[in-house]
Amino acid sequence: MEALDGNAIAGDLFELFGTEMTTATGVCASCGETGHVAELRVYSRAPGTVVRCPTCGSVLIVLVEVRGMACIDLGGLNRLEPVNG
Amino acid sequence: MARAALPGRLNWQLGRVIELTEETARTKSISFALPDWAGHRAGQHVDVRLTAADGYQAQRSYSIASAPEDEYLVLTVERLENGEVSPYLVDELRPGDEIELRGPIGGYFVWESSLEGPLLLVAGGSGVVPFRSMLRHWAAVDGGAMPRLLYSSRSWSDVIYREELLRLGDRDGVDVRFALTREWPEGWQGHRGRVDRELLGEVASPPSEAPRIYICGPTGFVEAAADALVEIGHKPSRIRTELFGPTGG
Repeated sequence: MEALDGNAIAGDLFELFGTEMTTATGVCASCGETGHVAELRVYSRAPGTVVRCPTCGSVLIVLVEVRGMACIDLGGLNRLEPVNG
Repeated sequence: MARAALPGRLNWQLGRVIELTEETARTKSISFALPDWAGHRAGQHVDVRLTAADGYQAQRSYSIASAPEDEYLVLTVERLENGEVSPYLVDELRPGDEIELRGPIGGYFVWESSLEGPLLLVAGGSGVVPFRSMLRHWAAVDGGAMPRLLYSSRSWSDVIYREELLRLGDRDGVDVRFALTREWPEGWQGHRGRVDRELLGEVASPPSEAPRIYICGPTGFVEAAADALVEIGHKPSRIRTELFGPTGG
């Protein structure tokens, strides 16, 4: 399945975090690689959205909507820092 | 359902269709009047949401094709066969209709005139859409160094914004190059075949000038172009990419 990138979930992330997140920096908990959220690989055809590390392929973020409630699992990230301003 | 605008929230708002322009057989540009629009930066996008009579909703993200200076917000949408959203937008929408939009969204794939240095835009197919916004913005604000656009399409009839891009080349001096991968008009002077390392090396300013490079298109196109530019010697930190693909359209 062809992946998209983090730009594709910018709206959903804004809704969850209340700020622009594609320029945020994330650190992969598996391989330690640092990158922008915009550069992550996004698979949106799964039941929910799976976000993987472009370097090692580990699952970093999972987004699901359950009965109208948005749930986000950031377990694959060591750090996630939005840019201020 | 209406809700009050909250700071730090992306609110859905109704955009009224002003005009539809056929760009290619599968692609239309749609102008919207958005009374509550707060403005955008070139390269950002919006989410579009359609709601069926039974309450089923489908949502897609589209790049903004208009410059921040333009009167109306313009989206250019390519009809994807079996898509849920794009066939409606391209074939059914009429002037006066209203649809739900939220945005602007994204801050990564953005160009502003304050960003100095030579600008190289590399587009595959409808990946050219955010670049129309950037080039119109560049022309509106006299944004410094002459941008270069390398735009890959299957054939001449698949080229979106044909007249406008030719005009940007002739009148404003933007270096616009077309690569056609499958069919060429008789006497075609542009590139034939895929965008490759040799062509990128020819079109891009040398790595020593550290051009800002934006690449937008299907995943394979973007990855190949980014890899080739890094091989030529451009720093990954100067390259920004945006992928799009068949997300169900």
